[in-house]
Amino acid sequence: MNAWTTAAAEEQVTNEIKVSVKNLDLFYGSFQALKDINMDMEANKVTALIGPSGCGKSTFLKCINRMNDLIPGCHVKGDILIDGTDIYKDDVDVAYLRKEVGMVFQKPNPFEMSIFDNIAYGPRIHGLHDKKKLEIIVERSLKRAALWDEVKDRLHQSALGISGGQQQRLCIARVLAVEPSVVLMDEPTSALDPISTGKIEELIAELKNDYTIIIVTHNMQQAARVSDQTAFFLLGDMIEAGPTTQIFQLPRDKRTEDYITGRFG
Amino acid sequence: MMDTANVEKWCTKEILLKNRAKQKRRQRFMYVLIYTAAALAVITLLVIIGFIFANGYKELNWNFLTQGVVDAGREGGIFPLIINTLYLVGLGLLFAAPLSILAAIYMTEYARQGILIKIIRFFTTNLAGIPSIIFGLFGFMFFGRILGWSWSLLNGSATVAVIILPTLIRTSEEALMTVPLGYKEGSLAMGATKWQTMYKVVIPAASPGIINGIILGMGRIVGETAALFFTLGSGTNIATSLMDSARSLSLHLYTLAKEGLSVGKAYATATVLIVIVLILNLIAGAFGNRINRYKENR
Repeated sequence: MNAWTTAAAEEQVTNEIKVSVKNLDLFYGSFQALKDINMDMEANKVTALIGPSGCGKSTFLKCINRMNDLIPGCHVKGDILIDGTDIYKDDVDVAYLRKEVGMVFQKPNPFEMSIFDNIAYGPRIHGLHDKKKLEIIVERSLKRAALWDEVKDRLHQSALGISGGQQQRLCIARVLAVEPSVVLMDEPTSALDPISTGKIEELIAELKNDYTIIIVTHNMQQAARVSDQTAFFLLGDMIEAGPTTQIFQLPRDKRTEDYITGRFG
Repeated sequence: MMDTANVEKWCTKEILLKNRAKQKRRQRFMYVLIYTAAALAVITLLVIIGFIFANGYKELNWNFLTQGVVDAGREGGIFPLIINTLYLVGLGLLFAAPLSILAAIYMTEYARQGILIKIIRFFTTNLAGIPSIIFGLFGFMFFGRILGWSWSLLNGSATVAVIILPTLIRTSEEALMTVPLGYKEGSLAMGATKWQTMYKVVIPAASPGIINGIILGMGRIVGETAALFFTLGSGTNIATSLMDSARSLSLHLYTLAKEGLSVGKAYATATVLIVIVLILNLIAGAFGNRINRYKENR
């Protein structure tokens, strides 16, 4: 097999649709927070969701692992397909869905446990208690999140004792430990300093080889730097979605252009 | 235009210095007030404890600690009563702690936060303030007569459990409500069930507050007298079954002092009571630290 066919094969793999959203409406009581969203997210790509505060991008993100189920009065119409399976069907196992679709939050939220136990938490709740296997998983996940070298000597100390940036990478490692295929990130760097932010962005670029990443960000430069696809949200509507370069250089909609050039937001 | 020029000059050095002197006087006054209040509180406590110890140590010796009650307490010691008190605390907490923690979890995490929960909260808060003698009467009538438990260790510990239940529920609820939402989200987002999230993340994070409530509850059980007259009875031997009548230290103390049996032994009993409360608090504190070693940045 020569280099060309390998590249062609890869191309085919990367064009596969991982998450497909069809006619999605979301209501908080009688308030409609998302209006008829349609979009596809490709496997092994980074999709950025941008838009001003309150536009529904975080709400949309939380539909993909059904975290919105926890909000009283919130209901969803339409479909979200992951690998062709509708995650809003009645017989879907939400616990398994959330194992497959991991989530990293805005504020680093390590548990009050040791670093080791934080990473082992996911495998343990899903029934893995073999100590040897857990050790392997912890090491692999921390290496994957580029944190291993910084914490390998203090695995059994509190996870609250490391810096905010390290905590956020710990949270990413914790998600990777349960072997998801999609990773959702809700403004993962908004509480971090520029150096930590840089590390997380490098990590995102690295991780997309193995995971489909969907990231909400307030930071336009970040969206431009890390993502392959971008979707712009405004007041519950998805105004436009497409390749990041196109959205930033040739937005089709006037409102997108106004937002990314900083005329509002 | 003229006005703005004046406003800009309001903070001249002279004005500031004049105000600063006044502020400093006020600050010093408050310091003195706060320190005096704190000192008075501590001194009062030390005086009481010192008074008890000073009067109690004469009768306090190895025999007093290891012998049984002789002649209604005029002679002998209090060993069986120490054991009975520990039984009472242990059983009371065994009944009340799991129940109240589960109730608090239900009220904060599972129940719909509607009018019903508001009513329940209102009643638990108010039950915590009801005089324990009323619970004693309830224990006497309900546990003692209707359930036929008479005066017994079982009746006494059930009654103290009911007495501390509202306080434990409230403190556990407060502790659970202070756990950051992010912990819950993080756990659920990994596919944990609600109970796994509660058991492995939320309850450990809330444990210092819950343990604090348990310490308060323990203090209340050890100090309870009135309600126990109705329910625990006044047996002076070590309880050998749940149905034995078995007085606690505070009941014994009351009897000794009120009936003038032996004032010296009453003080000695009080001394032991204080020491037991201290030891129980230390144990509970150490237990709390073990449950949650990762609370602080260690």
